[in-house]
Amino acid sequence: MQQFAALLDALVYTSSRNAKLALIADYLRQTPDPDRGWALAALTDGLDFKAVKASTIRNLMKERVDPVLWSLNRDFVGDTAETASLLWPNPVGETLPPPSVSETVDMLQAMNRTSVVTELPRLLDRLDVSGRYALIKLATGAMRIGISARLGKVAFAQSFGVSVDDVEEYWHGIAPPYSELFDWAAHGKAPPDTENMPLFRPFMLAHPLEDGTVDLADYVAEWKWDGIRVQLVHAGGETRLYSRSGDDITATFPEMAEALTIPAVLDGELLVQGQHQGGEAGGAASFNALQQRLGRKTVSKKMLSELPAFVRLYDALSLEGEDLRSLPWEQRRQRLESFLPRLPAPRFDLSQIVEARDFAHLAQIREGTRADAIEGLMLKRRDSPYVAGRKTGLWYKWKRDPLLIDCVLMYAQRGSGKRSSFYSDYTFGCWDGDPDQGAELLPVGKAYSGFTDEELKFLDKHVRQHTINRFGPVRETDKSLTFEVAFDSVHLSKRHKSGLAMRFPRIHRIRKNKPVHEADRIDTLRAMVRD
Amino acid sequence: MTAEPVGPSSHFLSMSAAFSWIRPEPHGIHIVPANCWIDPSRAVDTALVTHGHADHARGGHGTTIATPETLAIMKLRYNTAEGAQPVHYGEVTKLPGGVQASYIPAGHVLGSAQILLEHAGERVIITGDYKRRPDPTCPPFEVTPCDIFITEATFGLPLFTHPPIEEEMAKLLARLNANPEACVLVGAYALGKAQRVIAELRRAGHTDPIYLHGAMEKMCRLYEEFGVDLGELRLVADHTKEEMRGSIIISPPSTLNDRWSRRLPDPITAMASGWMRVRQRARQRNVELPLIISDHADWNELTRTIEEVNPQESWITHGREEALLRWCQLHQRRARALSMVGYEDDEDD
Ligand SMILES: [Zn+2]
Ligand SMILES: [Zn+2]
Repeated sequence: MQQFAALLDALVYTSSRNAKLALIADYLRQTPDPDRGWALAALTDGLDFKAVKASTIRNLMKERVDPVLWSLNRDFVGDTAETASLLWPNPVGETLPPPSVSETVDMLQAMNRTSVVTELPRLLDRLDVSGRYALIKLATGAMRIGISARLGKVAFAQSFGVSVDDVEEYWHGIAPPYSELFDWAAHGKAPPDTENMPLFRPFMLAHPLEDGTVDLADYVAEWKWDGIRVQLVHAGGETRLYSRSGDDITATFPEMAEALTIPAVLDGELLVQGQHQGGEAGGAASFNALQQRLGRKTVSKKMLSELPAFVRLYDALSLEGEDLRSLPWEQRRQRLESFLPRLPAPRFDLSQIVEARDFAHLAQIREGTRADAIEGLMLKRRDSPYVAGRKTGLWYKWKRDPLLIDCVLMYAQRGSGKRSSFYSDYTFGCWDGDPDQGAELLPVGKAYSGFTDEELKFLDKHVRQHTINRFGPVRETDKSLTFEVAFDSVHLSKRHKSGLAMRFPRIHRIRKNKPVHEADRIDTLRAMVRD
Repeated sequence: MTAEPVGPSSHFLSMSAAFSWIRPEPHGIHIVPANCWIDPSRAVDTALVTHGHADHARGGHGTTIATPETLAIMKLRYNTAEGAQPVHYGEVTKLPGGVQASYIPAGHVLGSAQILLEHAGERVIITGDYKRRPDPTCPPFEVTPCDIFITEATFGLPLFTHPPIEEEMAKLLARLNANPEACVLVGAYALGKAQRVIAELRRAGHTDPIYLHGAMEKMCRLYEEFGVDLGELRLVADHTKEEMRGSIIISPPSTLNDRWSRRLPDPITAMASGWMRVRQRARQRNVELPLIISDHADWNELTRTIEEVNPQESWITHGREEALLRWCQLHQRRARALSMVGYEDDEDD
């Protein structure tokens, strides 16, 4: 536990992403199994112990420290885990040596609401300040030290010299302490058998098409729909629906899970049936309709009948056990088209190809779309294989005006007037390079508007729960939320660190499912300068 | 504004009333019969100064009574020695109105003193800032009985327990040894903290030259003149990046994140301060190596000192007075918090 505590401390005091990666990678190399697996799960918020809540810690402390003194200390520090780690009274007499990470995890898993009151103090007694901090953070499942799951995976790959894409592929479906993953990467055994598991496969993504054009002989155009990108997987008799970040959202859309009973991995846009967005089989409702269904753990019958979901298919990664990812797009499309009739009609349709004589004609069509809910066009190379992430030259997204960019929330400040109790002024940033190669986020602008009251409440709560630092009225967040910022124009500016100033930026959409490392880069924003 | 008793009951008032010759005012503690002030935050005729930190020692007084070390520090800072009246530790000074003052070591920085005031058989001690840990640069705090104990409370929260300085030195030297191509830049308060860190490094066996930011030089020389051995010191400005690899560099905390540090070879940013006990405080300053080193009493020292001095009443001047007040209440000790202005939060200390 001391090494894990030392790692946490080092991470807290390190701001560069590269240095963080190196610290985690070193730890993973030097720590035995299964400790390192548990530690990795803890760092990436993959652990949850039912018996330990923040209130458990507060209650334990109030039995040991005068409540007034506790509150004064807690207010000064601003973090319950840290305050408790500092104020925990040193035990009298002999104590056992510090527990290992796996011993700690075993004990935490065995605790219930009653035993936690006596068992957790015994663990705390065996640790020093840093160890107690690490234990409480681990036990309450809220590290909030700015380590995303993605960063953990990149560090893992770096640590053992394996590819991040492979790690992404195997990661899902393997539970902490990820023994199969370490067996493969660290001990040279065969990779985990993913054939018969309904696993998430990393999405293929698009670069924005900036000023360039493409030749329609090489590229095909397709609408970019305003829903949420999903992956529907059926394997080993089970169906799972995954969001872009790989979160399992099957329970939120049970009708989709029922609709696929043939082994397949399908890529598409999740939409709600309605009038607004065109398509082959009926239409789709606006994004707002879909939003009412997002984030629910259970769904009522009423919801299911009033806001029925369907998936507009873009691509097939695998059909009936055959991996299609290495095939060119055209062949995958053919396979998908002939597969479609075997899927239940109201739940699936196909995203239409947009036919155009040439690029100029395509631009006209793009300008002419009435639907609010069409985000723009996708341009896909006809011979592109399906590869994870964003590979230059294969897929482009060509968004409609206004200018839109995906940014990461960095800082927030309270508003004024009726918003004075909310964190409603947001500073957001873009990457100054490839986030997987150690790029950093650089602030590019501030937004105070564009969100609904519901979204404001969500953002305010997010800020409060994800604060990692305070500077007077400003809170720094753990950079875990992506939102799409709409703006009128962007100009070169000497006054800003990024060298760019956006005109009238506003929050266009919160992208809860978009991992932060997929937010846009400064270069993308710079390319939008029209000065 | 006079200090209101903050506490559970008003009978404390009668106690304080017996000591009407000593009055806490917002800009200092007034010794009424002598018309003298302790650590006043504005210019007065006669000031008694506990130590040389800027929030206690200001220039422009008619007469300044302080230890020779404190007067030398003030002369260095304000470039004037007018009205300086030195008083050595243990010496008794007679003030007008039948008041006697003596200066007792406070263990805070070079020259720092508690001031004991005696009048009409009543004894009052003003600690100024103090600590109880040994410090190679100044004599240790002496516990002295009194009726009213006017104490600081900079680190007056139970979470502040300063670890033994040897541990922090070991952390610093380990980091230095692990990075022979880099340097460790230690942010330290220019008066007291910097010299103590240097002296402790020497005590830990570190004999290499230590590099200084220009703003540190004069104070270090002054310490040496008063007999504090700091070993070989060099100025950053006189040396190249290459020469400074593998070295410790001491600079004022305000310079840690500014352009100045670009001339250093891959600096690892450290900071020597009691506030480093709290992670977010360290992060706010982009500190990579927090060193919990303070020249103030930590929580246990504050409470232990009140117990040892065992006064009839404690007055708490500056810092986090609520918690110390609460502790006094829980231990049935009379206490009140004074609202004073001009004492900074000692952000760097
Ligand atoms: Zn001081
Ligand atoms: Zn002070």
